[in-house]
Amino acid sequence: MNHNIWDPLHECLERKDLERLQLERLRSTLERVAKVPCYKDKFAASGISPGDIHSLDDMAKLPFTTKEDLRQNYPYGMFAVPMRDVVRIHSSSGTTGKPTVVGYSRKDLDDWSGLVARFMTAAGVLPDDIVHIAFGYGLFTGAFGLHYGAELIGSAVIPMSGGNTERQIMILKDYEATALVCTPSYALTLADRIEKMGHDARTYLSLKVGLFGGEPWSEGLRREIEERLNIVATDNYGLSEIVGPGVAGECLCKKGMHIFEDHFIPEIIDPDTGKVLPHGEKGELVLTNIVQEAIPLIRYRTRDITRLNYDKCDCGRTMVRMEKTMGRSDDMLIIKGVNVFPTQIEEVLFQVEGCEPHYQLIVEREGTLDTLEVQVEVNENIFFDEMRKQRAFVEMLEKRLATNIGLHAKIKLVEPSAMPRHEGKANRIIDKRNK
Amino acid sequence: MKVEQISIFIENKSGRLAEVARVLGEKGVNIRALSLADTSDFGILRLLVDNTDIAQTTLKENGFTVNKTEVVAVEVPDEPGGLCNILQVLDDAQVNVEYMYAFVERNAGNAVIIFRFDEVDNAIAVLNGKGVSILSGEKLYSL
Repeated sequence: MNHNIWDPLHECLERKDLERLQLERLRSTLERVAKVPCYKDKFAASGISPGDIHSLDDMAKLPFTTKEDLRQNYPYGMFAVPMRDVVRIHSSSGTTGKPTVVGYSRKDLDDWSGLVARFMTAAGVLPDDIVHIAFGYGLFTGAFGLHYGAELIGSAVIPMSGGNTERQIMILKDYEATALVCTPSYALTLADRIEKMGHDARTYLSLKVGLFGGEPWSEGLRREIEERLNIVATDNYGLSEIVGPGVAGECLCKKGMHIFEDHFIPEIIDPDTGKVLPHGEKGELVLTNIVQEAIPLIRYRTRDITRLNYDKCDCGRTMVRMEKTMGRSDDMLIIKGVNVFPTQIEEVLFQVEGCEPHYQLIVEREGTLDTLEVQVEVNENIFFDEMRKQRAFVEMLEKRLATNIGLHAKIKLVEPSAMPRHEGKANRIIDKRNK
Repeated sequence: MKVEQISIFIENKSGRLAEVARVLGEKGVNIRALSLADTSDFGILRLLVDNTDIAQTTLKENGFTVNKTEVVAVEVPDEPGGLCNILQVLDDAQVNVEYMYAFVERNAGNAVIIFRFDEVDNAIAVLNGKGVSILSGEKLYSL
């Protein structure tokens, strides 16, 4: 039962022991962050001191931390250790404003490697494996995180970085990589290109497992990747503000991502009221980092919408599982008052035989009305020589979208490769409303 | 006697049709007949060419979405009422026409009508039964 578990001592802790450990670590973390000016002010404003926390339930009294706090304290204001103890700086991609900066002490880097080794092991990565990392190396945490985790396991790491798909395929093939690390949309780009080169993507490479992250993706996309590349595709979760990859990851049961609760305390809140929701309800994930030295964040609002499952998993881990995220609440589109996540649209497209996941959402405002256009790349399976059938196909898609997301979207078929192929994070949304 | 036709998905934006013609021209593929059905967003271009395989491969290599379909080419005298006779035959037998297009032969004084049927074999049997002249692929491509 304990195979595929990197750190059984922690990953299989009984809940009461886990909670005792969490409380201990939380209290010591609070003592440390109380010296950070931002938290000093926050604690004072909410009339609380670290000594007031006697149980995990008391957490709800603690103030939240937001991305805005990180921005206001840009770049190093939130650090809880002096710079001489910091050995690494990373930062977010800064796609939504100023980047947020995080630091790691030497111990933090070791801990991070261990966390990544946990989910990579859970996904089946072994010392014999050859791990091809196609995340871009740089300020982004993805590539380094997976790199250290794989090295710690003892796998052979190919630090490929992003870009140049044809060269990626050559290296994957020639170096006989068995594990692939990239965004899910890039995995499909690779499959597309291999097929275009005239090979069978299911057998062309030696891959057996993929560790995909960096963007939200649907179960449909997972099935597509698994079929086309003939691999096991696993999801993992992290965000640069909270360590990077290594917050949570799937085991081979693929029934949610285990959050490594001995390092992070998860809560689910109502994003509007900030109230903690009961177990099992869907809401915004809030994380408290209870181990990190350099920049431990208290009740950090991830903006990710998910749900937690405390049932015991068949793999033997006791750590709570989070559902695949539907996307950041920042990615959520509000169209005519309806909340829409791109992953919901993706799921609908996948239910249609022959549809491929190359799509883009165009949001516009005509007068006072928002409109959503879903551009779908045509392929031989969904191209009919008779106009009647082609239009019926478009109408069927529109109907299904309306039923599933409660919104009328216009479907527009476009030629293949009309959309940019994604080498990093997929940009599925073009919102023209604010221009 | 069916004839192979290729259909190409074309986005409704400038230059796409010219691009199809250019890549086929460069490969020495000659277009015998064509028809275009369009909506505001996209069009379906149907072509009869002298070399279907080369045309299909070339277009695919250039990123087009291409399907091959079977159509029936019927020869009728190029005179008033020529088309009507054929359509009457099909109507009497309740054969449904999905779409059709036509062109005129250069020398023989005949018109060629290309039909796309739902039930191709049934349609061919009906036309044969009435002694209608159906053209083979070879003949058609060499017209």
